[in-house]
Amino acid sequence: MGNAFEIRNLNVYYGQHQVLYDVNMNIRERAVTAIIGPSGCGKSTLLRCLNRMHDLQPGVRVTGEVRFKGRNIYDDDVDPMEIRYRIGMVFQKPNPFPKSIFENVAFGPRINGYRGNLNELVERCLRQAALWDEVKDRLHASALSLSGGQQQRLCLARALAVEPEVILMDEPASALDPISTAKLEDLILELKSRYTIVLVTHNMQQAGRVADETAFFLNGRLIEMGPTREMFANPREKKTEEYLTGRFG
Amino acid sequence: MTGEWQRRRRVRQRLDRIFAAVFLLAIALSLLTLVVLLWDVVRDGARWLRWEFLTSYPSRIPERAGILVPLVGSLWVIGLTALIALPLGVAAAVYLEFYAGDSWLSRLIEANIANLAGVPSIVYGLLGLAIFVRGLHLGRSVLAAALTMTLLVLPVIIVATREALRSVPVSLIHGAYALGATRWQVIRTVVLPTAAGSIMTGVILAISRALGETAPMITIGAWAFITFLPRHPLDGFSVLPIQIFNWAARPQPAFQQLAAAGIVVLLAVLLSLNAVAIWLRNKYQKKAEW
Repeated sequence: MGNAFEIRNLNVYYGQHQVLYDVNMNIRERAVTAIIGPSGCGKSTLLRCLNRMHDLQPGVRVTGEVRFKGRNIYDDDVDPMEIRYRIGMVFQKPNPFPKSIFENVAFGPRINGYRGNLNELVERCLRQAALWDEVKDRLHASALSLSGGQQQRLCLARALAVEPEVILMDEPASALDPISTAKLEDLILELKSRYTIVLVTHNMQQAGRVADETAFFLNGRLIEMGPTREMFANPREKKTEEYLTGRFG
Repeated sequence: MTGEWQRRRRVRQRLDRIFAAVFLLAIALSLLTLVVLLWDVVRDGARWLRWEFLTSYPSRIPERAGILVPLVGSLWVIGLTALIALPLGVAAAVYLEFYAGDSWLSRLIEANIANLAGVPSIVYGLLGLAIFVRGLHLGRSVLAAALTMTLLVLPVIIVATREALRSVPVSLIHGAYALGATRWQVIRTVVLPTAAGSIMTGVILAISRALGETAPMITIGAWAFITFLPRHPLDGFSVLPIQIFNWAARPQPAFQQLAAAGIVVLLAVLLSLNAVAIWLRNKYQKKAEW
């Protein structure tokens, strides 16, 4: 299996304040990579570098390279719309549009000029997100009538509908109850055979349950990265061990 | 200790009641004034508030005088103003909010728009006279009036629309971008539908303010006495406040009463516009619950 992302010498600044320092790491294709670390360590910032979401925030500066399938997505001739089309994202807080369930899933295909059968696509994505059975009778009800866990799975279905190659998840379970969280984790395991998944989480147990590889960040630096089981059993760095054993964080 | 606390509590509770009374008095005073004013106007004009009043042309004889021409004129001016000012104002606000960035130029424009909203309306009237009536040779027409009113309400509409655009949650905007949407697609499919209710409210309130404007209409030369209805935007016109002003300026009591009746009609149009604004806001709020 190859690499989906190769990150080289990545630095990120919010104004004068540097939040990521010289990050170098590879993210494997069709695997789940977890990014863990305490609040403010830069893990969400890193995730947002992968689909150029920082472009939307004034005052953020990114240097270095993020190569996606061999091509630096920060090159001048790269269209950020195309990057975000190929690299989907699920946010920390469920953010369905104030439209119907159907329209939420159909949103991405519509704006990207999808020509196929929209009904089939919506059903397929809702099934993939394990939401179909719960909403099939009320596809045209408002998405805001769903519970938090359902809304987050809807957002996942919405991301899947543009058939991305990668799904970025920014603490997707932090606003969910344990049962919804378990459902979401099962989904992640199911989806990894077809998608590259990068998961930011502050929950080490979650990383341990779903991630093939884990990267540990502290104060804007990548401290350690490796296969999850190996890293959890024998961390190479003292800081990683301290974090994993709950000494801080 | 306990006695002291009890005593202080009684003082605090008394203060509480005093302030409740002060606030009640404030609202009662303003409402009372309004009620007295309305009552006075309605009583004066009641005699003339008949269907014929709405459907009659102006006349020198009070019994035959009606408000049809200025009523239709006001509706023409307001309608045209809405047609021009709404797309222009919303587009300008969208530009400032999503395209202009945060340069010194955009900050300068922003500050100036806020200031323009406070410029006295007669200044806009003079501007309209110079540019539209004379410069563009539109004459004393409905179109010249609507364009002048557009200048007047545009800053208010832009400010209100920007507020509405800013209230759209960033999470929704980012959600749309994350699906590969272009900036315009984000604006069209997420931002404008979500903000539509508050935008419409702001626009209607701005335009209903224009309905009562008299000074700029006098300046650009609305007719005081005109016996035909405007048929297209270049026709002459009169508006409600001018008609009311003219009647009120006459010495005969009958015309004074006609002025009162005219005020009632003007208020009715105003309240209907505001009712539409409230209805629109409720309708869109129901669609976009958080």
